[in-house]
Formats: sequence, structure tokens, C-alpha cells
Amino acid sequence: MIAMRGVHKAFGANRVLQGVDLEVGKGTSMVIIGGSGTGKSVALKCILGLIRPDAGRILVDGKDAGSGDRDAFLARFGMLFQGGALFDSLPVWQNVSFRLLRGSLKRPLEEARAVAVDKLRRVGLKAEVADLFPAELSGGMQKRVGLARAIAAEPEIIFFDEPTSGLDPIMSGVINDLIREIVVEMGATAMTITHDMRSVRAIADNVALLHGGIIKWTGPVAEMDDSGDPYLDQFIHGRADGPIEAVR
Amino acid sequence: MNPLVPLERLGRAVLLALAAIGRITRFALGAASHILRPPFYPREFGHALMNVGWLSLPVVGLTAIFTGGALALQIYAGGARFNAEAVVPQIVAIGMVRELGPVLVGLMIAARVTSSIAAEIATMKVTEQIDALVTLSTHPMKYLVAPRVFAALIVVPLLVGIGDIIGIAGGYGVGVQNLGFNAAAYLKNTVDFLEPLDVISSLVKGAVFGVIAALMGCYYGMNSGRGAQGVGRATKGSVEAAAVMILAANFVLTGVFFSV
Ligand SMILES: Nc1ncnc2c1ncn2[C@@H]1O[C@H](COP(=O)(O)OP(=O)(O)OP(=O)(O)O)[C@@H](O)[C@H]1O
Ligand SMILES: [Mg+2]
Repeated sequence: MIAMRGVHKAFGANRVLQGVDLEVGKGTSMVIIGGSGTGKSVALKCILGLIRPDAGRILVDGKDAGSGDRDAFLARFGMLFQGGALFDSLPVWQNVSFRLLRGSLKRPLEEARAVAVDKLRRVGLKAEVADLFPAELSGGMQKRVGLARAIAAEPEIIFFDEPTSGLDPIMSGVINDLIREIVVEMGATAMTITHDMRSVRAIADNVALLHGGIIKWTGPVAEMDDSGDPYLDQFIHGRADGPIEAVR
Repeated sequence: MNPLVPLERLGRAVLLALAAIGRITRFALGAASHILRPPFYPREFGHALMNVGWLSLPVVGLTAIFTGGALALQIYAGGARFNAEAVVPQIVAIGMVRELGPVLVGLMIAARVTSSIAAEIATMKVTEQIDALVTLSTHPMKYLVAPRVFAALIVVPLLVGIGDIIGIAGGYGVGVQNLGFNAAAYLKNTVDFLEPLDVISSLVKGAVFGVIAALMGCYYGMNSGRGAQGVGRATKGSVEAAAVMILAANFVLTGVFFSV
């Protein structure tokens, strides 16, 4: 369903992506792991067209991501940004149901609010939070509001950029279950970036390791532990010594 | 040193300036096209009207009243004591309506509105809120830029009109209170002397300056660099650019309206 073919992206002299090849099947959950600063977030933004790749192709359902109606294309996606990216001029519930308050998916105010409260509950937030402003929330709460916003319009394809970073272990478990549920029950296609190996095992059908600008290893999560790949092994076990340098 | 080096630098600066003008022009055309095409965001527009117009009134009023008063004193002190009762109101009216009203209001808007727009949009850029808007199928030019520019186009001429009136009132206050002029004669002299073209030029300038102020705030905000430093640079750059462009546009417009 989503395919990246030889995607390159550099920022000045900083060559971040150097030929990324990745396939994500419809209704599956792909987890991307990789060291900090290796370009995981950049890769997701390339798929959404927020960053234009220097070379390579990105296909969604076999069609070039950049071609065709952009609104229709984006309407299929939901994205949780690494930093939450909540609109601080709007209260929480209007953030969550942003899509439902304007444009082609517009719904009556009451209904949009009800959807927001429901999604907030699913990410473990009480209804009282709905009327606060993002600046009044803790970092982890902001993250969960971002998550609620990403799933509010029930998109077919959902990107989660570090959904559990900054959350306590219990809440991480709740979020992992939620992501799994969205994939299994709603049949959504998910791409998740995470550093949390427990999340990887809970969420992933397939895993991809990004290192040195390319996908070093990819395969089903069950094969992750005995892949024999030194990079992957080092990453899974969090060892300081190995082929991946600690200082990059 | 190679004697051609300064020339080369000059050439490069000119090229950079031309490229910037090109980018800003494209940005302005983009904003204009989004103002005209649906979807529209009335709530954003309402917010912008409030912020650019209503909340700018105090600063505009204060600027205008002090300027009008000072102008009256200055003209009187500057040798117009002879026939002062006719000359002071006339020059205050002309000075305020043709030049000082629009320019000072424009500069105040650049200080107040351009900076706040640039800082707000730049912060949104830096915290990925602009990216988030895009993924939520909302065009940032349409949602953020068009309402602000359109609001400024409508409301800054009104502010200029109000500034003109308050400035004249400032001159009137000084004339009647401090210089002992006859109140009715002051008003009559003002009204008789002003031509429709003076008022029209004032309002047109207001519209142009308003668009410049909002557009520069949006342009620098949308093109902000990363981090807090990026926001700071965007804000500074936007106010500088808006102020200089307002003064340049004022020169051009004065030429268009009043050169014989
Ligand atoms: N807009 C940008 N302009 C310039 N450089 C950028 C930009 N976005 C990302 N980079 C650079 O690209 C590289 C990869 O960034 P990215 O955010 O994708 O890392 P990441 O893999 O998501 O890391 P983390 O796990 O820490 O979030 C970094 O070196 C970063 O400095
Ligand atoms: Mg990242």
C-alpha cells in the first residue's frame, strides 16, 4: 500500500536519507526503529509530502504520492507529530476534532465535540481536559491529545511519531493496545516510530531498522530476535559497543 | 585585493534582493488567490479583524493625538504667528491626512501587528503546527495568511481615517486651548481646506500599508528558521521589511497622488 523506492533527502551537507526502500502492506503495522537523528521523522514527512525528497519515488496504492488531488490524499492520513504539534490557540477538543469542524468532513458542533470527548477517553484523558488549552497540559497529556487528533477522523493510514515517549509505563501500555486495536479492528495501515522495544513488540507486524540513511534490516517482528544482523542486535539490546557508533 | 570584489558583492546583493522580491511577489499573489477562493475561515477572519483593528485603536489614537498637537505647536512656533488662525488648521489637516496619519498608523501597525503575526506563525512553524495543519487538509495560506491579510486590507484604512480625525482633534485642542484660536473658525478652516483627494489618498495608503504589514508578518513567519532563534529573526526581519516597505510605498503613492 505504501512503498518508498530509493528515497534520498539531504539538508545541505547533511545527507539524511540515502536510498530508503520500504514496503508497508495494507492493514499492517510497520514499526521503524533507528538511532536518534537517523531520519525516521524525515522519512514519514516525505511520505506525507511535508518534505520533498531529492530523489526516489513514493507510492501510495501504486500511485505517486505527489500526483492527484492533494486534499483527497491527505484526508486518508492521520499523523501524530513527535512534539504533539497541537494548535495552542484552540482548546483541546477543537484540536482533536479539527478536521470535523471545517472542510469536507465538517459535522455539527455537538457531534464534533462528542467525537473529541470519545477519542480523548480512548487515549486515557478525562472529559474535563476537553476545554483546557494545550499549554495547560503536561507533555505526556499533550502527546495523547495529539494521538486523539490523529485518529479522530478514523483515517485509513496513520503515522505515529514516538507515541509513547514521555509516558509512564501504564499509559504506554494503554497506547500500545490502542494502536494495535486501530490496526486490527479498523483495518488501518500504521507506521510507528519508536525507541521503546516493548512498544515494538506490542505494535509491530513488521519492523524496519533505519541506519546510515538506508533500511538496514526489515522483516516480521517474530524474526527480529534471531535475525543475525549485528546492527539490529545491538539496537534491540541497547549495547553501547557494536557497529552503530555511540557518537553520531 | 581584487578590484572586482566590491563589484561582485554588489552584484550578488542585487541578485539576492531581486530573488527576495520575486519570492515575496509570489507569496502575495498566492495570498490574494486564497482570499478570493473558498473555503473561507470566518472565525479566523473575525479574530484577525479584532487583533489588527479593534485592539490597535488605543495605540493609533494616542499616536495621532500627540502628533496632531505637536504639529500645531510646531507650525505656530515656526513663524506662522502671522495669520496663524488660518494657517495652523490648514497645515495640521494636510499634514495629518496626507502624510502623518497613514505613515504613523502604518508604522504602528508594523510594530504591533506585523511582529505579532510573524512571531505567532514562526512559532507554529517551529513547533510543527504548520505541518500539522497541512496533514489535517487545511492550507496554511488559506487558514493563516488569507484572513490576516484581508482583515488588514479592510481595517487599516479605517484606522487611518480614525487616526486622521484624532490627529486633527489634537491640533484643534492645542489651537483652541493653548494658542487661543476660535473653535468654530478652526473647524471651518480645516473642512474648507481639505479636498476629497486628500482623504482618498489617506485611505488608499492605509489599505496598501495594511496589506504590506500583514503580508510581511506572514511571509517572514512562514519562512522562519528553526528554533527560538529562527522565531526571533523572523520577527525582527518582518518588522524591518514592513517599515521600510511602508515608507517606500508612501513615497511612491504620494508621487502618484500629488505630483503635478
Ligand atoms: N527541516 C529541517 N531542516 C534541516 N535539517 C533537518 C530538518 N529536519 C530534520 N533535519 C535533520 O535531519 C536529521 C534527521 O532528523 P529526524 O528528525 O528525521 O531524526 P529522527 O530519526 O526522527 O530522530 P529522533 O529519534 O531523535 O526523533 C537530523 O540531523 C536533523 O538535524
Ligand atoms: Mg524523530
